[in-house]
Amino acid sequence: MKYYLYVFAIFCSSVIYAQDCNSILLGEIVDFHDNSPLSDATITITGKNISTVSKENGKFNFKNLCDGVLELEISHPECTTKFVVVTVNGDTYSEIRLEHHLEELEEVKVVGNVPKNTNSGQENALSQKDLERNSGNSLGDALKKISGVSTLNTGGNIVKPVIQGLNGSRILILNNNVRMQDMEWGEEHAPNVDVNANQNISVIKGAAAIEYGGDAIGGVIVLEPLPVIRTDSLFGKTQLNLFSNGRGGNITSSITKSFDSGLYIKAQGSYKRLGDLEAPDYLLSNTGIKESGFSLNIGKRDFVQGWEGYYSYFNSEIGILRASHIGNIDDLILSINNQTPSIVNDFTYNIVQPNQEVTHHLAKLNYYRRFEGFGKWTVQYDFQKNRRYEYDIRVGDDVDKASLDLQLTTHSVLSNLKFDAKQGLDIKAGVMGRFQSNFANPDTGVRRLIPDYDKYDFGLFAIGSYELNTDWTLDAGARYDFSRIDAKKFYRESRWEERGYNIDFADIVLEDLGTQLLTNPVFDYHNFSGTAGFHYEINDKDHLRFNYAFSQRAPNPSELFSDGLHHSAARIELGDLRIKSEASSKLSASLERNTSKWGYTLAPYLNSINDFILLEPTGVEFTIRGAFPVWSYRQTNAVLLGVDASVYNNWSSHIRTDHKFAWVKGTDKETDIPLINIPAANFTNSITYTNPKWNNFLVSLESQYVFEQTRYPLNIEVFSPQQQENVILDINTPPDAYHLLSLNTEASFTLKNTNDLTVGLSAANLLNTKYRDYLNRQRYFVDDMGRNISLRLIFNY
Amino acid sequence: MTIMKSNKTLKTVLALSLMASVLTSCSSDDNAPEAVDEEEVITTMKIALVGEGGETASLQSQDLDGDGPNPPVITVDNLSANTTYTGSIEVLNETETPAEDITVEVKEESDEHQFFFTVSGSITSTSYGDTDEDGNPLGLSFTLLTGDAGEGTLQITLRHEPTKPNDGSLVDAGGETDIAQTFTVTVE
Repeated sequence: MKYYLYVFAIFCSSVIYAQDCNSILLGEIVDFHDNSPLSDATITITGKNISTVSKENGKFNFKNLCDGVLELEISHPECTTKFVVVTVNGDTYSEIRLEHHLEELEEVKVVGNVPKNTNSGQENALSQKDLERNSGNSLGDALKKISGVSTLNTGGNIVKPVIQGLNGSRILILNNNVRMQDMEWGEEHAPNVDVNANQNISVIKGAAAIEYGGDAIGGVIVLEPLPVIRTDSLFGKTQLNLFSNGRGGNITSSITKSFDSGLYIKAQGSYKRLGDLEAPDYLLSNTGIKESGFSLNIGKRDFVQGWEGYYSYFNSEIGILRASHIGNIDDLILSINNQTPSIVNDFTYNIVQPNQEVTHHLAKLNYYRRFEGFGKWTVQYDFQKNRRYEYDIRVGDDVDKASLDLQLTTHSVLSNLKFDAKQGLDIKAGVMGRFQSNFANPDTGVRRLIPDYDKYDFGLFAIGSYELNTDWTLDAGARYDFSRIDAKKFYRESRWEERGYNIDFADIVLEDLGTQLLTNPVFDYHNFSGTAGFHYEINDKDHLRFNYAFSQRAPNPSELFSDGLHHSAARIELGDLRIKSEASSKLSASLERNTSKWGYTLAPYLNSINDFILLEPTGVEFTIRGAFPVWSYRQTNAVLLGVDASVYNNWSSHIRTDHKFAWVKGTDKETDIPLINIPAANFTNSITYTNPKWNNFLVSLESQYVFEQTRYPLNIEVFSPQQQENVILDINTPPDAYHLLSLNTEASFTLKNTNDLTVGLSAANLLNTKYRDYLNRQRYFVDDMGRNISLRLIFNY
Repeated sequence: MTIMKSNKTLKTVLALSLMASVLTSCSSDDNAPEAVDEEEVITTMKIALVGEGGETASLQSQDLDGDGPNPPVITVDNLSANTTYTGSIEVLNETETPAEDITVEVKEESDEHQFFFTVSGSITSTSYGDTDEDGNPLGLSFTLLTGDAGEGTLQITLRHEPTKPNDGSLVDAGGETDIAQTFTVTVE
């Protein structure tokens, strides 16, 4: 075991105090999870070229140090590098906690993960093992491992993460410190990120991390690359996954070169291809996926200063279930009643209409510099370009033409200052400026669903955390965001009048084109957010966190401007120009125990959202093509109450069980009706056997029980032109509860280096159970995916 | 030395941020976007009926705002009792000027289209008067029979990519609905 410890002394510039260089730093390195001492760590002070090794009891010391601030860097081939700042003032004692990944390899995973982004918020991270097991899946699927995270699906490949009942624009995705701008407003728009590009993935449930944005009412997903160790090395990793369901697979490879000087370069690429997926009884025609990603990091990291350049490219082409493309309300009624897909073709890898193709470019440049006795200044510029094509089934000359063609371009500049010179007190303040432009290509020949717009954002924040004593840490923060959206939108005159805009918004009409009006809506939003909380270490094993977060979110373009038939969903979606910001007040707590024997997390929350924006079926409109369900956005006061719980127990050194439960209840307070699309309660239990002596052999069986959602809004009654009478449109009724089993086994082998090859075999939906999930938008048409056997090979070099 | 180097880096970063802000101010333009006139939209279905004695009647459904809030405007003539009518269907996109004749497209892709007729009351039956290139029914021409005087309904559905051949029912045909319109007619 080898830990590197960089200690930097920042000298007091004042001449009044003489340098006292007789101080002793006594340190102790302990495991984060169970406080056991970690021995044999090498600790080095760079610049001074002094190093030491921690003893059996985890202790180490440096003598003859000058008083001042030191930064300690701790790293290990199987540990995440850690930087700790300590102030040496006379003889000083410092306890350093490391996340010990070795333990993880031997004992699978400790449930309580290391919170990094907030002190008092509910936060969970995915382990490397979880990520490896989900390398061929979407980000949403990988995050489902975390209790309280579920997904909103459009089939098996379009997966949006849902955190404690909330999704879409309420979830902020931070990709390598860049806030993703990828049209997250649509229900069939999945995050454009490759899970393989970033190896540290954590979820903050709620808006506690206001540094990243004030509008994350649902939560923040933080994706970061593994820190690069400052040493001369070259290493890489390649993973291949093969899947029986979809008859395809993916391959991902990364290579990192680092130098003693702190310079590093890392390249990573992924490719994925799946054909039509299968439900237990039939093929899901046109559900293939083709995905490719590439990323490059180049940077130099030093204590005093550093910089990084990052570029990532992501492209995905996803087929939309052929049977989900329907004509009108009668087709929908027919599909719901039939319970079998109307179109099933032979297996193919080809993706045809309806489908979507999205490309996302992300580039960033950042620079930081530390100032002696003060802190760290960071500045960052990032650029994103998101191009989305949606193809529909069209006729004549337009067969191959996209029905939707949007290009979203975003530039952001961030700058922040972190004051960490005083031990125990961290203050960070920053500013953000952003310009975004959306272009909706008129060549589609289809009226724009989202208009052309320019958006300007400006944000200011300050956060702080203070270690009151060894047991109590307090944190607080405040943020202000200004947002202006300036759109150019065409309205049909009939819609303009039906919405009453001719009365309320007569002054924004630029031009009357006969049947259409060109309008220029410009809206400004001033949003405030704030958070406060504490982290109390009851004892070595037990922790209590409590957080209050207030956050406001401005409406997204879809909520404001949607107007017209969404062909892929066969529904008319109507936004409202009158929609204002929604405001959430969330109380969350978490009680945790972590020991090597057992542990638990109990995390209840209450989220009260004023002016909550929701989209729900409200009626029907008639056209020559028949009648269509109308989904309208409206605002109400809502409350979400829930709890996430998890327990683990090591029955012996080989056998471990994990138990997770999540439940959330969402209610429209004004009408006392349940909120739509709230995930059903779910209960997951798994048992794992590991034996390090048998090539790190691991086998685990997992049972996932998803309850039936019994709280849902009423179905609507519509007139069916075909049946010439009013019928109930069974659009809200959730499907039955279901139970899925999955099996996972893996072992590692030695080719050139110790355990450099890992082989895993898994089976999801082991019993090929037929089921439908409430949060899958294709549940009206088909069953969910059947059994999926996968093989993975992971090679480290 | 290091200070000089860091100053250089600092300058680079500042220059880049400046570039970014210039870039952003350039990309905002005040040009009005181009209006989109919907293509391949069917706004109008005209049914011309010619009776045995040469008397004519027409049925029409016109929905000029497409998926806008206004329902289609339906106009119907009264039909004569116990008469055999020869019918023909014309489909138009009237959002364009001159109106685009979608009937041509339906004819060209006849194997991918089919009209379906459902009758009740005083309209007693319909039968196909034409076929597609594979010899399956199409429905641009048809025959309609009226019974005794009274109320009757005629429901006309145009399906795109139905299963062909089919048993004549909408359920068996599947596909997507391009037109679905019901006419309530007085037979006198």
